[in-house]
Amino acid sequence: MTGDWPLWEVFVRSRRGLSHIHAGSVHAPDAQMALRNARDLYTRRQEGVSIWVVPAAAIRASSPDEKDPFFAPAADKTYRHPTFYDIPDEVQHL
Amino acid sequence: MITQPAIAGYALQLGDDALIMAQRLSEWISRAPELEEDVALANIALDLLGQARSLLSYAGAMAGHGHSEDDLAYFRDERDFTNLQITELALAGFGEETARLLAFSSYQAELYQRLRDSRDETLAAVAARAAKEVAYHRDHATQWVLRLGDGTEESHRRMQAGLARVWPYTAEMFRADPLGQALAAEGVAVDAAQLHPAWAGYLGPVLSEATLAWPETVAAPGGGRQGVHTEQFGHLLAEMQYLARCHPGARW
Repeated sequence: MTGDWPLWEVFVRSRRGLSHIHAGSVHAPDAQMALRNARDLYTRRQEGVSIWVVPAAAIRASSPDEKDPFFAPAADKTYRHPTFYDIPDEVQHL
Repeated sequence: MITQPAIAGYALQLGDDALIMAQRLSEWISRAPELEEDVALANIALDLLGQARSLLSYAGAMAGHGHSEDDLAYFRDERDFTNLQITELALAGFGEETARLLAFSSYQAELYQRLRDSRDETLAAVAARAAKEVAYHRDHATQWVLRLGDGTEESHRRMQAGLARVWPYTAEMFRADPLGQALAAEGVAVDAAQLHPAWAGYLGPVLSEATLAWPETVAAPGGGRQGVHTEQFGHLLAEMQYLARCHPGARW
């Protein structure tokens, strides 16, 4: 029986104003049932106010082989971080 | 006349329904078609167990004999249970279980929606919470009935057979019960005999959208409310009560 249902990736928004965050995945025969299965697995303890499900097959992921060209060039560009500004004392909550 | 023993008897009926249905649904854990369905049915069973705990505790308190929820769940015998027979049936497969869940949760949904207005504050509070829970149970069963009924030739056949298996036991849900009727007249309970039109009004469109025929079956004799149960009920109780009876006072 098992293995017939496609995999869906589940994104849960925990509160209004926050973005949906990847929570995990479920098997389900279609999108409607995927939403329900996700509700049962990932929002049992009041974790969410909204759920997205996406067919796992529809996600194009970056490949581990492309890790260096993708991410390494950012490593030595510290000027991209806003660490070279002097923050005036009177600025709060920054 | 509203008496405490009468309210206790009514809470016991609803509590026994929820308890026994929870026990049957729990049997699906590790046996459902997919892991996700294991979890879904276990969630529904836990909702029902929560309802049973509230209702049995209240029944024990109102009856005034000092019985706790555990005393009532684990130390009564077959003839003392007042659950509807549909909840106790030993069913053969997912199609039959889905049919039972649809029929029973639809009944509970109509009942709890109305019981929210009970003059009894505890019953009204239990119903307010339970109404939301059983609305989800009904939706879950509905989604499956639509997919199995309007799925493949084989799934359609099994779903229709599942309906035929449980439908004889749906008549008992709407049979006039003196206790419920007396309390309904006082605004405390819901007269289940009045729920059939709304129940059928929900199920009719679901079955036709699922390309399933409304089952034409002869009603089973029933009698669950009077303590009359089916042959398999003793086996269910044996499994459910075994631990508590072998180790009285056992705690987690």
